[in-house]
Amino acid sequence: MSVTNLNTAPAKAKPSAQVVTFSAPAKRPAPSQFMRRLSAVAGDIVPPLVTLLVLLVAWEFICSSPTSSLPSPTRVMAESWDLIVHPFYVGQGTDQGMAWHIMASLQRVAVGYAIAAVVGIAMGVLVGQSQWAMKGLDPIFQILRTVPPLAWLPLSLAAFRDGNPSAIFVIFITAVWPVIINTAVGIRNIPQDYQNVAKVLRLNQFEYFAKIMLPAAAPYIFTGLRIGIGLSWLAIVAAEMLIGGVGIGFFIWDAWNSSLISDIIVALIYVGVVGFFLDRFIAFIGRAVTRGTATA
Amino acid sequence: MAKSYLSIELVDKSFERNGQVSEVLKQVSLGVEKGEFISIIGHSGCGKSTLLNLVAGLTKVTSGAVLLENKEVSEPGPERAVVFQNHSLLPWLTVYENVSLAVDKVFSRKKSKAERHDWVMRNLDLVQMTHAKDKKPSEVSGGMKQRVGIARALAMEPKVLLLDEPFGALDALTRAHLQDQVMQIHSKLGNTVLMITHDVDEAVLLSDRIVMMTNGPAARIGEILDVPIARPRNRIELATDRSYLKCREAVLKFLYERHRLVEAA
Repeated sequence: MSVTNLNTAPAKAKPSAQVVTFSAPAKRPAPSQFMRRLSAVAGDIVPPLVTLLVLLVAWEFICSSPTSSLPSPTRVMAESWDLIVHPFYVGQGTDQGMAWHIMASLQRVAVGYAIAAVVGIAMGVLVGQSQWAMKGLDPIFQILRTVPPLAWLPLSLAAFRDGNPSAIFVIFITAVWPVIINTAVGIRNIPQDYQNVAKVLRLNQFEYFAKIMLPAAAPYIFTGLRIGIGLSWLAIVAAEMLIGGVGIGFFIWDAWNSSLISDIIVALIYVGVVGFFLDRFIAFIGRAVTRGTATA
Repeated sequence: MAKSYLSIELVDKSFERNGQVSEVLKQVSLGVEKGEFISIIGHSGCGKSTLLNLVAGLTKVTSGAVLLENKEVSEPGPERAVVFQNHSLLPWLTVYENVSLAVDKVFSRKKSKAERHDWVMRNLDLVQMTHAKDKKPSEVSGGMKQRVGIARALAMEPKVLLLDEPFGALDALTRAHLQDQVMQIHSKLGNTVLMITHDVDEAVLLSDRIVMMTNGPAARIGEILDVPIARPRNRIELATDRSYLKCREAVLKFLYERHRLVEAA
């Protein structure tokens, strides 16, 4: 079949080209393309919605018995309705709306994470560039990074004698390792070509750092930063459970102590959603900053 | 005896890895005059890229010396600009920024900001890339990337332009187009050029002299062939030109009769 087609093709080449321009197919793809995009969007949205619905129904079904130890979705809605509809409620002490708890936690994460990013990139550059620093520091990093975040908390409480800086320190020490390690890998993987370009141009140390090293390592650095933000958010909840005060971690612990299981579930949803957006936020910044670097 | 503009004198180069010394180049001497276009041809692994890196200053000689205008080459520098084989443009910069990075660095004191901008545009114009100046390297074709690489090197106003298999990664048609452009630029600016290639036609078409390297290890210059063809050269006319064919034959004989690469066969 295809062989005969090939043979006749040259003879028919001209008329067939005209037919294509005449029968206005240019207009028809427009709505179909729109429909295709719509169905693509629907294809992305429908499965998670269906899955969510199925899970909720299953949860409702499993926890609907009166003797159930955990509340069903409808019970969560009923019991924690105030909490859900008044996120910006302001009360006494730790009696605050969910948004304020989240804000307090985010503030701690922001400070600890920012320090971790700066220190992590600086240390990563040092380790990535100097063979000596790498040999000296790498074993220490490898051991320290396996220490669970919460294990640092008593030590930092002893050092800072205050809950808030201790929590910030825990965030820092949790997030800093992936940033260091990924930055170092990124720096070590800078292609020889770029280094040669820098050498031919006689870029000085600072120019090399700003114009070659940082942009070349940026994709790696952002991988580290993205892992770091996830770990910070994991650590903050645990740390806040222990230090108290306003914050989503303490809120959960407090709810448990008051046997408000529904409140805990609402808080968990908040924690999950905020964690998701934090991750996406860093990924978004990473994409914006490293545009073009991934593909050579 | 007067020294050549660029003079490679009795250069040896050996690399040491895990205590094993491997000799790459042995007793290589070559003089290049100002404005000459020299090709270095040889089988892969014969150390021709190493020779270029020595001239660039990216690697250091084991013994001997490379002199440019009677000054020993000890480190890389913009007066020996390199066009790398895989263009090595910085992917996060636009075409314009890639060239201006070089221009701003090399002429930071000698030219004003406006002059530097004009100079970047002049060089992009030389390789006909002004239309894509705001594009990222990933958005232009392989041939265009290499043209920007050439513009970047030319913009440094090098004393010697070093081309490391500049067209090796391109398809034949794009390659021919770029060769013509390089010939035009060379006739216009009169640069001194040292080019590594493994393409016999390219070597004969572009060069004043062709340096043929023997196979490694311990490669040396086997023969130097003069290409007595008047410029400007036209690839179509040359296809039947007697001296062109003779040069071509001489290089082919050197590469495939006397210095065949056994492993590659």
